[in-house]
Amino acid sequence: MSAEIELTSGRGSLPDTQPVIEFRHAGYKLPNGRALLRDLNLVVRRGETLVLLGRSGAGKSTALKLINRMLEPGEGVVLVNGRSTVEGDPIELRRHIGYVIQEVGLFPHFTVEQNISLLPRLEHWPEERIRTRVAELLQLVGLNEAEFLHRYPHQLSGGQRQRVGVARALAADPPILLMDEPFGALDPLTRAEVQCEFQDLQRRLRKTIVIVTHHVTEALLLGDHIGVIDAGALVGLYTPKDFMDATEPVTAAYTANVRMFEKLEGPG
Amino acid sequence: MNLLEYFARHHREILQATLEHVELVGIAMLLAVAVGVPLGVLVAQRPWLAKPIVGGANIAETIPSLALFGFLLPVPWLGDRAERIAIAALALYALLPIIRNTAAGITGVDKAVRDAARGMGMTERQILLQVELPLSFSTMLAGIRVATVLTVGIATIAAAVGAGGLGEFIFRGLAMVNNQLILAGAIPAALLALIADFLLGVCERRLQPARS
Repeated sequence: MSAEIELTSGRGSLPDTQPVIEFRHAGYKLPNGRALLRDLNLVVRRGETLVLLGRSGAGKSTALKLINRMLEPGEGVVLVNGRSTVEGDPIELRRHIGYVIQEVGLFPHFTVEQNISLLPRLEHWPEERIRTRVAELLQLVGLNEAEFLHRYPHQLSGGQRQRVGVARALAADPPILLMDEPFGALDPLTRAEVQCEFQDLQRRLRKTIVIVTHHVTEALLLGDHIGVIDAGALVGLYTPKDFMDATEPVTAAYTANVRMFEKLEGPG
Repeated sequence: MNLLEYFARHHREILQATLEHVELVGIAMLLAVAVGVPLGVLVAQRPWLAKPIVGGANIAETIPSLALFGFLLPVPWLGDRAERIAIAALALYALLPIIRNTAAGITGVDKAVRDAARGMGMTERQILLQVELPLSFSTMLAGIRVATVLTVGIATIAAAVGAGGLGEFIFRGLAMVNNQLILAGAIPAALLALIADFLLGVCERRLQPARS
């Protein structure tokens, strides 16, 4: 009996199952009192990808911003590696969390190399290590180093910019990656391409990832878990498999949407 | 005696006055940039300061220049020397476009860029120095350019309090009803303004942040 307890508690401390991000009754209100997020309870474990799915304005991005303290919870707490985000230095917290946003936000006056190496430079890495890291990251996101290293963001296509954005977020090898509609600005074909590449990347890197999207197919493709958020509240949390059988109305609306496209493709 | 002959004969004095003029404008502009840029940053970061700061600079702009030179006469230290009065007044005039453009440049930085910078863990200071200011340089320079051209013109009035410069010729010409004298001051002043405008325009285009 005691051996069994030890075994389970032992398993609990395995890296794979450790909670990295935890929302406990977390809420956020605008200064005017309007609640953007209410009583959110969620756990993201190490190496897991959580997708937050919902309409625009449902509160998904708000939830994401609570993790890297771009916003601070008005109620409850958000824990990152067991520590409340509002304790300690926000700069320190953010440097260990990669952040990719829809508009990418590459620095227009910096080259690809300067964009990617910014954080390592701020952290005073030696030049040699920065050079190796940038080359490694460009390869990782599938961009030719010789061709792209010295280009400026305006000389890149949307898909290339997105890849540089991901490379920049991964530069200091953060254990956590937050992505806010990362592929939202891409045309459907490029989007599918980048999604597949990202899936591959995800498998190799095993980072703890939270992705915000309003695309149900993206959620099914990339998520280990899918949290459906509607009007500031979490209405369901599923694995991609359970997701398709969910009866909760908001989720069911999404699955109906997916089935509609499946029907178009025809049987078999 | 035609104008060219006049210029040929008095080229030394004209050159001397032009150099004085450049000095007045140069020092006044350095001062205005040194004060205006930080004020512009402040206005961009604390919008509630916009009204008092921009409003103050606006009021300075509305004081007739001749009167402003006069107002500064009794000010201790400043009033001791005509050049000081002139430089202080010119700098005060140059402030508004510099403050306004600096603030506009910074608030005009793409929100996504600022968000990305904050999200990746840059401090406010790093964001200002490495992202916001470099991206506002060309807007800021446009303000400095406008201010410089303005100042070159207003600096001719500095001669009224005895600060020298090309205004000397203009005031003397007015007193003596001598058009050649007036032009000996006005033409170099106009050329100075054009040259400053051109040079700063080149810098402005060079510093234009790359855009798609």
